[in-house]
Amino acid sequence: MAITTEPAAPTTDPPQPTTDPPQQPSAPATPDASSKESPDVPANAAAKDGWQLNSPLVLTMVLLLVVLAQGPIRQALSAPVMQSWMTVFVAVVVQALPFLVLGVLLSAAIAVFVPPTFFARALPNNPVLAVPVAGMAGAILPGCECASVPVAGALVRRGVTPAAAIAFLLSAPAINPIVLTATAVAFPRNPEMVLARFAGSLLVACAMGWLWQRIGRTDWLRLPAHEPHEGETKGAAFWGSVRHDVMQAGGFLVLGAMSAATLKAVAPASWLRTAADNPVVAILALSILAVLLSICSEADAFVAASLTQFSLTAKLAFLVVGPMIDLKLFAMQAGTFGRGFALRFAPATFVLAIAGAVVTGAVLL
Amino acid sequence: MNRQAQAAVLFLVGAALLHAGFTNLYLRYVKAGLQPLLLLSGAVLIVAALATAWYEWRRARMEKAHADTHADTHGEANAEAHTEGEQHEERGHVHREPRIAWLLVLPLFALILVAPPALGSYSAVRTGTAIQQPYGLSKLPASNPLTIGLVDYATRAVYDHGRSLGTRQLKVTGFIALDKSGSPYLVRMALNCCAADAQPVKIALTGKIPPVLQPDTWLEVTGTYSAKQTKDPINNRPIPYFQVTLAKPVPTPKDPYDESWNQ
Repeated sequence: MAITTEPAAPTTDPPQPTTDPPQQPSAPATPDASSKESPDVPANAAAKDGWQLNSPLVLTMVLLLVVLAQGPIRQALSAPVMQSWMTVFVAVVVQALPFLVLGVLLSAAIAVFVPPTFFARALPNNPVLAVPVAGMAGAILPGCECASVPVAGALVRRGVTPAAAIAFLLSAPAINPIVLTATAVAFPRNPEMVLARFAGSLLVACAMGWLWQRIGRTDWLRLPAHEPHEGETKGAAFWGSVRHDVMQAGGFLVLGAMSAATLKAVAPASWLRTAADNPVVAILALSILAVLLSICSEADAFVAASLTQFSLTAKLAFLVVGPMIDLKLFAMQAGTFGRGFALRFAPATFVLAIAGAVVTGAVLL
Repeated sequence: MNRQAQAAVLFLVGAALLHAGFTNLYLRYVKAGLQPLLLLSGAVLIVAALATAWYEWRRARMEKAHADTHADTHGEANAEAHTEGEQHEERGHVHREPRIAWLLVLPLFALILVAPPALGSYSAVRTGTAIQQPYGLSKLPASNPLTIGLVDYATRAVYDHGRSLGTRQLKVTGFIALDKSGSPYLVRMALNCCAADAQPVKIALTGKIPPVLQPDTWLEVTGTYSAKQTKDPINNRPIPYFQVTLAKPVPTPKDPYDESWNQ
């Protein structure tokens, strides 16, 4: 958003308050929120008088204020529920960041150093065949779902048929080696879970691709017209892609970590226990949980493994639905492909993913 | 957030990861095995920050040169409008700078300023004990008194009925959690990957317990196996007892979690 300093001044302000409210529902953090916001209001007014308020300045001010106000902030966060919330929040972020960085590095390398024509040549011309090939190709992109959305957008712009790009978009976050390894680590006693996750996710990804091939319409897609890396050196494009993806995916990761921490610290375990009693309700409950939690696919297996009272099929539904559709993915898909696409795509993916997980679970688990 | 600010945030997040990875701070949140990956990603983030700053500086210099050449041909005002329009086309359309990135300052504050403690009694009393049936039990060393992990003790007490423990003197370390009725438990959180999946393993204390127990204080208790068992009201799993003869406060261990499930 912030491009040059002048137009950036008004637009950089709104996000600043938004850094606070997510904490409030679970936190009595009002003293820190108010102490952070009040000095910004005069600064905002001053910006209109020709004072240039750009994001580095806002960032410096926020950092300074938080350091100055750290005493009251710590006090506000000393309640056990807040401590536990913070611990889980930091833990999810710290655990996911290395995987995120790894995925972003690889996706930047593929996006920058693989020539644009390569994908068009590598895929079969027949779209019905291109779908499973693209779905399988998802296995070689070790990124989380946050990284596969921009890559899928780039594929469509490079002339890959949208059906194949969709299959890739849905399969890549679920069946790549990093995610499958994490799943194997999280389920040491159920190695069949890895196979079930691979088969179920690939099945749903191909089904969605073929569904698009039959009923999809190109005018639902609204793609950015420009090539992202025109006229840049490869190094600039690479690090630009890394920076952009880390910042964007990292932001969504923080959002996901906050919702996961809230669920863990606030929701009593008994809520989920009642859902776990009925096998059908259990599958639905974990699928909805996967959408709401928006956990990166590299970490979701560990969360699934900790839901000990649920059946393996319900956990599989959690693992198949989560990387394909969740709140942060919906936002990212709407941003990359247009809202008209996302509104049709999300419900179809959700239903097909549950169906795919149930079928795979019945056969393999 | 513009690119200079993004470079700053990338740098700070990378530095925070390095700080957590080089000190024992990271052990409060994730398993020990993640350390090399943490350090690597911290370094990559710092390189990305420096690269961003470098390309940003070069772009600004090139744009200035660009504007100067335009100024020669079209005049001041015209050139300025032109470059600004171009920038919008080039950057505004394609590279919408993600606003969501502002959220990244939150874990930064949490990690550097607050550094929340490892999960303790609050989570422990809200979650059922996570004792698991073992594959097999390894032979215990012959030392006396024997220092044994809390999870190991609980597993042997419940699934082996204390056969491998007998009447030996044992030393167990964990933190105190008090349930609703005030009865004390010694707890260790067991961890697969990060604190989000940590689950408590509990043993109940009996015998010579100190009269006043503060939740979350770490204790090393010396005593013997007790055949008595109770059930965790939260998930009906067994909680074995431990016959205490001596309890002494100890500092929080380097790795507050039990990671024996990872091996």
